[in-house]
Amino acid sequence: MSKEGVDVGKRRFLTTATAAVGGVGAAFVATPFVKSWLPSARAKAAGAPVEVNIAALEEGALVSVTWRGKPVWVVRRTPEMLKTLDEVAPELADPESKTDQQPEYCRNKHRSIEPAVLVMVGICTHLGCSPKYRPEADGGQLSYSGFFCPCHGSKFDIAGRVYSGVPAPLNMVVPPHRYEGDSLIMVGEDPNQGGEEAA
Amino acid sequence: MASKFMNWVDARFPATQLWNEHIGQYYAPKNFNVWYYFGSLAMLVLANQLLTGIWLAMFYKPSAAEAFGSVAYIMRDVEWGWLIRYMHSTGASFFFIVVYLHMFRALLYGSYRKPRELLWIFGCLIFLALMAEAFMGYVLPWGNMSYWGAQVIISLFSAIPVIGEQLTTWIRGDFVIGDATLNRFFALHVVALPFVLVGLVIAHIMALHHVGSNNPDGIEIKANKNADGHPADGIPFHPYYTVKDLFGVGVFLILFCGVIFFAPEFGGFFLEPPNFTEANPSVTPEHIAPVWYFTPFYAMLRAINFEVLGVPAKLLGVITMFGAVLIMFVLPWLDRSKVKSIRYKGWIFKAMLAAFVVAFVILGYIGTQAPSPLLTTIAQVCTAVYFAFFLLMPFYSVIDRTKPVPERVTG
Amino acid sequence: MMRRLFIALFLMMPLAALAAGGESVPFHHETNLGNQASLQRGAKMFMNYCSGCHSLQYMRYQRIADDLDIPEEVMEKNLMMTRGKIHDTIQGTMDAESAAEWFGKAPPDLSLTARERGADWIYSFLLSFYRDDSRPSGVNNVVMSNTAMPAVLAPLQGYQALKHEEGEGGEGESHGGDHGAPEFELVQEGQLDPAEYKAAVGDLTNFLVYVGEPAKLVRYSLGFKVIVFLLLFTALAYMLKKEFWRDVH
Repeated sequence: MSKEGVDVGKRRFLTTATAAVGGVGAAFVATPFVKSWLPSARAKAAGAPVEVNIAALEEGALVSVTWRGKPVWVVRRTPEMLKTLDEVAPELADPESKTDQQPEYCRNKHRSIEPAVLVMVGICTHLGCSPKYRPEADGGQLSYSGFFCPCHGSKFDIAGRVYSGVPAPLNMVVPPHRYEGDSLIMVGEDPNQGGEEAA
Repeated sequence: MASKFMNWVDARFPATQLWNEHIGQYYAPKNFNVWYYFGSLAMLVLANQLLTGIWLAMFYKPSAAEAFGSVAYIMRDVEWGWLIRYMHSTGASFFFIVVYLHMFRALLYGSYRKPRELLWIFGCLIFLALMAEAFMGYVLPWGNMSYWGAQVIISLFSAIPVIGEQLTTWIRGDFVIGDATLNRFFALHVVALPFVLVGLVIAHIMALHHVGSNNPDGIEIKANKNADGHPADGIPFHPYYTVKDLFGVGVFLILFCGVIFFAPEFGGFFLEPPNFTEANPSVTPEHIAPVWYFTPFYAMLRAINFEVLGVPAKLLGVITMFGAVLIMFVLPWLDRSKVKSIRYKGWIFKAMLAAFVVAFVILGYIGTQAPSPLLTTIAQVCTAVYFAFFLLMPFYSVIDRTKPVPERVTG
Repeated sequence: MMRRLFIALFLMMPLAALAAGGESVPFHHETNLGNQASLQRGAKMFMNYCSGCHSLQYMRYQRIADDLDIPEEVMEKNLMMTRGKIHDTIQGTMDAESAAEWFGKAPPDLSLTARERGADWIYSFLLSFYRDDSRPSGVNNVVMSNTAMPAVLAPLQGYQALKHEEGEGGEGESHGGDHGAPEFELVQEGQLDPAEYKAAVGDLTNFLVYVGEPAKLVRYSLGFKVIVFLLLFTALAYMLKKEFWRDVH
């Protein structure tokens, strides 16, 4: 073994080049392993838009469907409920829905497309419990109709807006949804997306 | 900075010492030839199997109702799942290719001889564990070939006198192969045997680095040391064999990826067509054969269709099959030649080794075929040759005329 | 030295394919997954003629639409004959029990048929129906004798009669050495002439090969890139090894 006449520069270059190409190769190999953790086609199928028919939904009633494993509520609010939206405003943390907890087309007082019909993910923004629907003011906890989370006492109004001074920091989430005709709601699709109504 | 950090570590954990003992200052003979690639390649395949296996276990469902569907799920619905599964299924076959060549290398150059008997025995245990691992892994896809292959192999144990029937029921956990069998094979394949394999591999490498590597000349390089105390015919493993093995890895990966991407079924040898239909206890595939790496031993099992001294043929076949693996363990004490390497052995050993390899390959072929009287006769002859290679070795290795071994390795 | 390594590796790998065993598969189909139009025609044919009885329980409509460049609306309106939504797997319209009552056995799921039996088998099976009045369905099949499947494609193919179980020579499309193809005679014409029918069955076979392993559409082209990359890596590693081993030699 002799180290005479060793071209150190050449060795260094070849070592670096091989290591670089090997490193790129390792990154390529890692890709499928990382990507395999993304939602599979089956998970995506389960997360596909959900149809809700509200033709038979009575005023004041709530219907719950599952979209992407979460409860989604549809409530047809009564005129009395809608009136409370203004009255409750002083008690709320974000009455004008400034935080992005709803699609742009629901950034309004009633937080919905049709003023009477609320579509909302039924999950408390504090620690993920599912709040209770209170159609009437119950005197003790809520002074107006809304939602009450029994886990830590967070309060929301009938548009899912959070009261100030409760553990939950944000308004409840309104999922993307669109109407197909008068009484069919597609939960999970924006109004300009999919179907015949594409305009 | 870096050296300061290493000093800190070394005071608490022998990192530098381990590196030097096993890589940096491990002196390996400088005359390794192509046969010496397969050890490091076996480690590479083991790493591949562990990594892809962990990932498959994230998506696979070990129940009779869901297993087959979950494999289809991996192949279709999981992003890149098909690639991860093909890496694993192709890796299984390549594991055996590499290990068989690695074992053949030991036969060529007498790597099992003193002082490497334990090194060899650890290797044999790895081979045994690998066979169990491969067999149980083959059951998991729950295809019809998985099912009936498991049925046949587990039934082998029923040949054992007195306890046989109860033993097979115990292994299955049911009166037929079923959910319970699949579930326990999953646990063994995914948890228990990988631990055993990795532990044995560590023991194998520790034994190797303790006694030092053999080489194609079968000379102990530690007998000739330089003034600096290192073997005169040795070179540090790093960088010389790390760069050499890196090249071997490149060539290996080209072949490996060639199969993964262009022929993952490998003409029905790596993934068998009947396994693309779900396990069906009422329909046996027309022709049951184990995966190719088991076929030499399967052919020996079938070759024994006669009884000897009242021992029934079925039991004798099972003894023969397991004996064919177990006899390897005593090889270090069967070879009594004055030299280790085939380079200096006489024509008798060379002829016996050639006959052994030919017999093994023929047995492998016969094991893939449907039985016929002619093939059974050939298989009987080959089985005899297989055992003769081992059992006659104490005699022919003594009378064989050897050549003088040089003092130093011959490059 | 490299040559010896290659030879050694390939000696250990038996290269001949396992024989299918038993069944006669008289016709050969040249699978071409690169022909997207053929795959689309095959998908349409499957949905029109097969999906009534046969499911593809591991295949999703959405996947077919994405892979074969079929717009979702077209898929939903023209190809989804069965129950379900675009993300669902393809279930047959008939439930298994009533199917078993009708045909004697439930029509098998076809997701993996191409992998289990091969393209040639599917192609041959669909070309080998012939009139046989002794059967309840009025037809029999050379590839799978006494099949429970009726002549679903007869409106396209017409009806043929069997002249010889095995042809005399290896002419025409015969396949597999000593056996010639069986000879049929068209006794009642269908909508397609024989050449058109063969092409249509070829499309359907292509489609089922794709369904057997959707990853096949990307596997080959990706494999080619991987091998080119590895050649580069191996060449570098070889030069690196050469450079360091100048110390030793």
